[in-house]
Amino acid sequence: MSTTAAALPTPQPIGRPFWRRLIGFNLLTAVLLGVGGYYLGWFIGHQITGDSFEYQKKIDENDVALLLAYVFGVVGFLIGLGFANYPLSRLLGRPASLREKEDQGIGRYFGLCTDHKVVGLQYLVGIGVFFFIGGLNAMLIRTELLHTTPTVVGPNQYLSLVGMHGTMMMGMMTSGILGPFANYFVPILIGARRMAFPRIEALTFWLLMAAGFILTSTIFFGGFPTGWTGYEPLNDQAVMGMDSYILFFALVGISMALLGLNMLATIITMRAPGMTWSRLPIFVWSVLATAVLMVLAAPVLVATLLMAALDRTIDTSFFIPGGGGSAYLFENLFWFFGHPEVYVLALPGFGIVLELLPVFTRKPLWGYRLAVSGMLGVTLLSFFVWQHHLFVSGINADLRPFYMLSTEIISIPTGFIFLCFMGTLWKARTSFTVPMLFCLAWGFNFLIGGLSGVFLSDTPSDTTTHGTFFSMAHFHYTIMGGLIFTFFAAIYYWVPKMTGLRFNERLAKWHFWLMFIAFNSTFLPLFAVGMEGQPRRVSEYAPNLHTLNVWVSISAFVLGFSMLIFLANAVYSLILVRIPAVQNPWRSKSIEWQIPTPVPVNNFEQIPVFDADPYPYGTPLPVGAVRPASAGA
Amino acid sequence: MSEPNHARRFGAIWVVASLIATPLVIVLLGPILPPGKSSEQAAGQVTDNTVLLGMATPVLLLVVLYLIYAVINFRQPKGAVLEGPAIRGDARLQTTWIVITSVMVLTLAVYGSVRLFADNGAGSGSGPKPLTTPSGPKLPVQVIAQQWAFTYRYPTYGGVEVPHLVLPDNRMIELHVTSLDVIHSFWARQLGVKADANPQVDNVAFVKPTRVQTFEVRCAELCGIWHGEMFDTGRVVAPAAFNTWIRQAQVAYAPATKELPPYSKTYQPNPARRGG
Repeated sequence: MSTTAAALPTPQPIGRPFWRRLIGFNLLTAVLLGVGGYYLGWFIGHQITGDSFEYQKKIDENDVALLLAYVFGVVGFLIGLGFANYPLSRLLGRPASLREKEDQGIGRYFGLCTDHKVVGLQYLVGIGVFFFIGGLNAMLIRTELLHTTPTVVGPNQYLSLVGMHGTMMMGMMTSGILGPFANYFVPILIGARRMAFPRIEALTFWLLMAAGFILTSTIFFGGFPTGWTGYEPLNDQAVMGMDSYILFFALVGISMALLGLNMLATIITMRAPGMTWSRLPIFVWSVLATAVLMVLAAPVLVATLLMAALDRTIDTSFFIPGGGGSAYLFENLFWFFGHPEVYVLALPGFGIVLELLPVFTRKPLWGYRLAVSGMLGVTLLSFFVWQHHLFVSGINADLRPFYMLSTEIISIPTGFIFLCFMGTLWKARTSFTVPMLFCLAWGFNFLIGGLSGVFLSDTPSDTTTHGTFFSMAHFHYTIMGGLIFTFFAAIYYWVPKMTGLRFNERLAKWHFWLMFIAFNSTFLPLFAVGMEGQPRRVSEYAPNLHTLNVWVSISAFVLGFSMLIFLANAVYSLILVRIPAVQNPWRSKSIEWQIPTPVPVNNFEQIPVFDADPYPYGTPLPVGAVRPASAGA
Repeated sequence: MSEPNHARRFGAIWVVASLIATPLVIVLLGPILPPGKSSEQAAGQVTDNTVLLGMATPVLLLVVLYLIYAVINFRQPKGAVLEGPAIRGDARLQTTWIVITSVMVLTLAVYGSVRLFADNGAGSGSGPKPLTTPSGPKLPVQVIAQQWAFTYRYPTYGGVEVPHLVLPDNRMIELHVTSLDVIHSFWARQLGVKADANPQVDNVAFVKPTRVQTFEVRCAELCGIWHGEMFDTGRVVAPAAFNTWIRQAQVAYAPATKELPPYSKTYQPNPARRGG
């Protein structure tokens, strides 16, 4: 650590005329090379398969060409951004350029930049764009469900909307908190100047952007009919739009695994002196737990999708029952990734809530060790529950009591988080700021999500609720209620630090209340809708459910409108009016609020030394006033 | 200013609320819970749902009432910048919490497993060889799913295949669910049956209807563009009426039955084009 402890000189901006900057490795070059790579892959794909498969030629379906086009396009895009420069110069024995961090203009946000703070903001905006595309899909789904039969869009478009909404949200939002906030704040919170692998950090972001673009492009190739799960053999049967899904999720998987590795390496090896494991802020613990899940689960997804792609292109039969494969295999592998995946979404939310509560209650985090063991317990257990998604499938039916048990056991560590949440509120001095409101809403939402999960984890009860709007309402409570609410808590809490500007508070409160009420008004009735017989992903349903569906759709539109309020607030406060935020608006004692805004390129002049726990809030208790907490706290 | 004893006060509120609400939920909501009591399995699920709801109510009340209590009582006074007490945990409370949640969770899992086996799979698809099978005579009925319809074969009646499901009342039915193409899921909601239809898999579910009625059949697993249209109405009829109906069906579908492949647990509709 001694080498990093010395203060580095502040880099000087490089003055170059604008036209000169267009030539070189930047976003423009990346897009040009990406398009070039795409057509190259398309051409090669047609040369390989064009004449050999008469059937493909006739219907202009060529999965090989499209997959190669996507792969070549992504490679070209990354080379254009400059990701090949460093490895190539090292290969050729030349001194490597380490200048990705030096440019200080606005331009660094539009290209390869290895400053973790730039990557954090890139993530926030980039993911935000795709979050709104996914949300728009949800609005269109609800518009269709105003009618009992397909009316607004055809059944094919409807399924494409459902698939895009689910895949976009599950894919892009896996990095919803880790991307922007962990990349930005983990190095600062642990007293480091950068992430362990800054180029990989930038790579995870640009891979994700390429992936999002690929998924959106599915609309040009017929969409895909499988929803986000992509079950075989429907996957194999689907048109070319399915390849967009496959490559999207594979890229997301690679991005997740790399992001996770980077976080693990950073948190394990780059903590400043005195930042012991028991002083690690709880948010960093949640990132660590999430990173473990990402590293272990995401590669399974990538491998599974590779097999699916081979099935689709060169007629292997990993998942095709007629050729000796098994449709069960895909379900099994998918959920082996898929269940840890939902905790990848939930855990950072736990971290945000427990990190923010002490600031707004003016109390230390209650039960720090319990919270850490809760997060680690969830991480471990989440690898042992995946077949609860397959309770009625007939697979390993005799093992269902085990999966019932493991699934229900996972509510024990989740209960730890709730106890810490409630304990921190005990006798607190709570200020009801906007981030705090979002945290409190998490408490309610995740409670409903967790309790409804009990019905799904119980096999006899699951027989009715499985695959219906009940389970859909359940996971929207845990993911939207758990992740998206904390995502907004983090935005309102940390964006003043990231940008030096503050949000309009009145609009922010409107956003919160409208979002909270509309969210519950949308998803609570869906429990009943599911139990009364509406399966997921249908655009036709029984007429007696029409009234409830109309109610839900109208609530969903209000929910969508609340997002527009947020967008308007962001544009108004951060772009138009630009009211500077005070240095530490929340009176937080956390280290990121003690360094200057904007954060200097190297974060700290001197590497800080930590000598206390991260939550030095509250007045010390009089001796003997309460039971000593040391025994198990 | 003397603080009230918050722990005692909140505890009293919660206990009273739970004692009032839990029986109310069980008595008022329990009987109307889905999927209804049209079969032994559905009635079993209603019981399970009632038990789960009864256990969930005090937990729901604990957190929700606590949130309300905390929001009302533990506030930063307007304009003040007071610090809260530096409580960092409570060993006894934490231990109690862990013990209670563990006991609840284990109870749930044991209860669920017992009910699953006691009800012979509780109407769920239990794979080709279910661990428990009901004793006594059973009527086997095969459910064949394909894009985008279900058809039904009665192997003990000459393998006749019909487009709408008819079941006799008060007899144990052994459903064999399979698919000819992609994964579907056979869902007879009122009967409390759901079983995935997988290609090349014989997924068995047991159900014993207990009243004469009609019921919905829907596909509950996304199977392509007409997934939402894959619904039908089935009938449970009196045993005598069933015998009459099946004989008529055997005659009416005799020409089709001759063309059908012989009854089998699974079917391979196309010769395998793959594996090369």
